[in-house]
Amino acid sequence: MIKNILNLGDAAVYCDFGKDVNQEININVINYFKNIKDKKIEGITNITPSYNKLIVSFDLEVTSYSKVKKIIENIELDKKFEKENKLIEIPVCCEKDFKLDHDRLEKKLGITYNKILEIFFSKEYFCYMTGFIAGMPFLGDVSEKLRAKRLKTPRVKVPKGSIGLTEQFCNIYTYESPGGWNIIGNTPLEIFNKENLSEPALINPGDKVKFSRITQEEYDKIKR
Amino acid sequence: MTKLKDNYFEIKRAGINSTFQDNGRTNLNHIGIPISGVMDKRNFILANALLKNETNTPVIEFAYQGPLLEFNGDKIYFVITGDVKFEIIKNNNEKIIGSPYNVYAIEDKDQIDIQSTNKSVYGYLSISENIILDEIWDSFSTNTKAKIGSNNGEKLSDNQKIKISHKNRNTALTKLNYIDKKIEYIRVMKATNFDYFSEKAKEVFFKKEFKVTKLSDRMGMRLEGQILENVVSTNIKSEGLVKGVVQVPSDGNPIIMFADHGTIGGYPKIANVISADFDKIAQMTPGTAIKFKEVNLKEAEKLFKLYNLETTNLINQIS
Repeated sequence: MIKNILNLGDAAVYCDFGKDVNQEININVINYFKNIKDKKIEGITNITPSYNKLIVSFDLEVTSYSKVKKIIENIELDKKFEKENKLIEIPVCCEKDFKLDHDRLEKKLGITYNKILEIFFSKEYFCYMTGFIAGMPFLGDVSEKLRAKRLKTPRVKVPKGSIGLTEQFCNIYTYESPGGWNIIGNTPLEIFNKENLSEPALINPGDKVKFSRITQEEYDKIKR
Repeated sequence: MTKLKDNYFEIKRAGINSTFQDNGRTNLNHIGIPISGVMDKRNFILANALLKNETNTPVIEFAYQGPLLEFNGDKIYFVITGDVKFEIIKNNNEKIIGSPYNVYAIEDKDQIDIQSTNKSVYGYLSISENIILDEIWDSFSTNTKAKIGSNNGEKLSDNQKIKISHKNRNTALTKLNYIDKKIEYIRVMKATNFDYFSEKAKEVFFKKEFKVTKLSDRMGMRLEGQILENVVSTNIKSEGLVKGVVQVPSDGNPIIMFADHGTIGGYPKIANVISADFDKIAQMTPGTAIKFKEVNLKEAEKLFKLYNLETTNLINQIS
């Protein structure tokens, strides 16, 4: 449940669900997000869920902090939205050109790359949030055996499709962008597709992701 | 009946950062798409009001140096807003020094040369016709980082053509006398991580001057001059960002989020620029000194009403 509601500037409500990062809290955040979104409240311009916060921005010409806060405090949560969540399979190729941090990860984690991949591909991941750049999913939780800090100096360009690891999370770079996550492979799928107007992001908050390992040949085939 | 000519602008020089903008697109932050839209809302509103356009008609926003456009077609009207230096080069080579907030007519082969913004960053070009653009998610705004929106998500480029509608709307040569007042302070409210900072940093934030750096664009503005010491943690668990929020990364130099900001971020938030001052801060050029002044929520809401009232008054003064 929401622990505290504050204002963030004069045009946003900041809902604090606590300090911890776990799926239980995040499912709660996403449930609020979906319910507020469904109500189509006048003047609301964005609802941004993250691990343990929900920020509701509004148009100050139309409504105000006190009005939006009141609506959020009194909202009746309908659980039906939990069923919307999907399980999405993402093919990943971990061959030479794609595993940018092969050496670094082996050294950091003290296990072989094969072992790293075996652990990585063995479980389903939960989408805590989508964002930073268009469509980028933040997935968890990564096995404790695979937890590595981000690069000290981020890369200027991380290739599109890269799968990155940092601490308990993994992500997918939906297009070429600067970034500091440890890159273990690459997916040929379009994770963000602006041509798909109603559903541009393949992975939305609350969805689950199963990665499957593919060969270079299979990668090239999908890419074509 | 003779066939009407195609109306279009040919971009002879694109300028530094010329994009199509309107009020932006809402309710997509949760998939990583920021609101975008104009950086200086009042000047956008005035640009369309001067031509009696509908309020959210897309315009060309330019920064520092604007485009040089050659018009091809039947007479249209245009206006430029902001503190902008520009010339109209008539098809007989006659040059007219342009004044912002004045509507001009242009004819076939006339050129508009938007030379520079004076001691400000952004200016706007609006026309009496519709620019033919692609709308995506209820907005024509271009977001060059995500490559979304009009012009395939790109800035204007040299030699491209911009198609224009052909309504031949008659427009009066209206004008407005407006000089934007400079303000001494940017007004802010304390944000959610204010207490992450040392007592000294809190004092410095409201008492000392910061400088706008060159690392400023539609995504955000980096400041320098004072290091804000963090005594709790220089990282927070990533969470949503809003326009105007002031984040402080581990180097202690504040960054203010603007229209094209990343939708989530993990740096502590020390303050938030109030909505009434968004236009002002967006127009501050590199090297400008900034001082912050604290206001509370009630004052911020009042100041926003005042800001809107001022805009309405200006619209009413158009003659």
